[in-house]
Amino acid sequence: MKLYFIALLSLNFFLFSCSSSDDSGPQAILGCTDSNAVNYNPNATESDGSCYFPTGYTLEIPQILDLLLPPLIPADNRLSVEGIALGRKLFYDPILSGDGTQACADCHLAENSFTDPRQFSIGIDGSIGTRNAMPLFNVAWNLDEKFFWDGRAISLEDQAFGPVVNPIEMNNTWPNAVASLQANAQYPGLFQEAFGTSTIDSTLVAKAISQFERTLVSANSRFDKFSIGTGTLTPSEENGLAIFMDEERGDCFHCHGNPNSPLWTDNDFHNNGLDSIITDIGLGEVTGDPNDNGKFKSPSLRNLAYSAPYMHDGRFETIDDVINHYSEGLNDSPTIDPLMKTVANGGVHLTDNDKADLKAFLLSLSDESFINNPDYQDPN
Amino acid sequence: MKKIVFLLAISFAFISCNSDDDSTPVNVDLVLNFTQNWDGTNVRSSDIDNTVYTNEMGHELKIARLRYLVSNITLTHSDGTVYNASDYNLIDLSDSTSLTYDTGMQIPEGAYTVSFVHGFNEADNIDAEYNDLNTAGWNWPTMLGGGYHFLQFDGMYNVNTVTPMPFNFHNGTARVSTDVFEQNFVNITLQNTINISATSVVDIQMNISEWFKNPNTWDLEVYDTPLMPNYTAQKLMQENAATVYSADTILIP
Repeated sequence: MKLYFIALLSLNFFLFSCSSSDDSGPQAILGCTDSNAVNYNPNATESDGSCYFPTGYTLEIPQILDLLLPPLIPADNRLSVEGIALGRKLFYDPILSGDGTQACADCHLAENSFTDPRQFSIGIDGSIGTRNAMPLFNVAWNLDEKFFWDGRAISLEDQAFGPVVNPIEMNNTWPNAVASLQANAQYPGLFQEAFGTSTIDSTLVAKAISQFERTLVSANSRFDKFSIGTGTLTPSEENGLAIFMDEERGDCFHCHGNPNSPLWTDNDFHNNGLDSIITDIGLGEVTGDPNDNGKFKSPSLRNLAYSAPYMHDGRFETIDDVINHYSEGLNDSPTIDPLMKTVANGGVHLTDNDKADLKAFLLSLSDESFINNPDYQDPN
Repeated sequence: MKKIVFLLAISFAFISCNSDDDSTPVNVDLVLNFTQNWDGTNVRSSDIDNTVYTNEMGHELKIARLRYLVSNITLTHSDGTVYNASDYNLIDLSDSTSLTYDTGMQIPEGAYTVSFVHGFNEADNIDAEYNDLNTAGWNWPTMLGGGYHFLQFDGMYNVNTVTPMPFNFHNGTARVSTDVFEQNFVNITLQNTINISATSVVDIQMNISEWFKNPNTWDLEVYDTPLMPNYTAQKLMQENAATVYSADTILIP
């Protein structure tokens, strides 16, 4: 009985296979069918010989970042020499803005660790933002791929779409930005070299800028050198590290990394006790969950020497202000992170000496070679 | 061509027949689930910051974050064969991808017991050794013995009052005194037998309420935070860890 049943089933398969092979199938879709090509078309069923391969670029992973999982390079936007060069040119070119006056780099300055020294950036028509620009480095190691202070972008490419059309930033439209690029003498050829097509679209712009941003790697601070055994710390800096790592004093490491997790951020979202009444709800606006109100992304503590002012709203002008906030200035609110354990007492109440040492340690995370790296400067 | 397909079909039929007649047990894919409950009520990511639980001491609390590490998960077949199912797993209540682990192994159907380590044993608890755990910031401070956290359970208690208080129930190597450390992992060997079949996955369960009651009734007013450098709190957690875990199989829906 069983054998008979299986034979019947097999026969069904056989019939099914037959009808499949008799089918002439849908119309062939011409395109590049090689998934390694930059212009790979996943819908293409037949190669038309258009596959294009720019010069591959391998992101060098500094020794200290080798402690971590590898950086995330999307399969559909691998790094290329031509793509990075194009992204760098676009990053520094005001052509993307509505009136041709503002580039990404005007609010993300290399000398400031690619953030804005102003509390709020000013858009092309004078509009003032509500959050401090985020610094840009080691973004390929943000494996959760949530970008912006409130995590509203879900990839670096997605992030790059935002500022160009934000009315209080570059205030352009993508069709207009693309038309400007298409009409430019250089860009169609540069897109051809990077992506195998001179037909520009917003996706390719975002891809190129993201490629450049993924090459912004900071891993050469004095502390990095100490970690890999090629440098030393002062006693004050060493004591500052101990405060940072001490759950009874700084307890900074639960959100801001540690010597073995050297991004110096958890790339996660927390309410760190800035306000008792929350007006900018941050992550809560993105998730719609009131439990997320007042949560913002932990920024990396690398390059603080260059990236003032601090916090999502740039409210603190100095590192001392930041340390004083955690020491004495915490405010309770319904979504406070339980890691703000001393909120009932307003903070951890560090001594003046401990504050000075903690600051010294934080400044040892500054990477001068990063902000001065010639590969990151304006190519135009 | 048709003939080949027919022949293939026939061979499949024969293979199936052979299997049916054979007494060798069937190998099944080994998938581990990690679930959490509060005295039998499932705890899910949607309970984070929302659901109020009452612990043994009577404190009302909410869970903000629950991550824990289990290592050296082994399944021992009733015939004595030991299968190493996983080196280590970092489980995060908020991250559904961490709650299921396909071992990629196949093991025979049958009766098994489950054992594993809460945290890392001393041989495995090596500072900076695991890139994924470094990326997760799971490290335990060097001044406390280094290696990795075993547990990070954060939340607020007294949530029924006007002054909720934070707790940071973090577990790892215990510091006896400066530069003197004591291992703090727990070998968990579950006594019950589970029956693994093609239609089931292994479910490794944490009853979160057990952290607060067995054998030590936990008083959050005494031990809320900071607990990492607190030797007494660390050893109380180690004692309570023994009854936190259980295992079963659940049917694949």
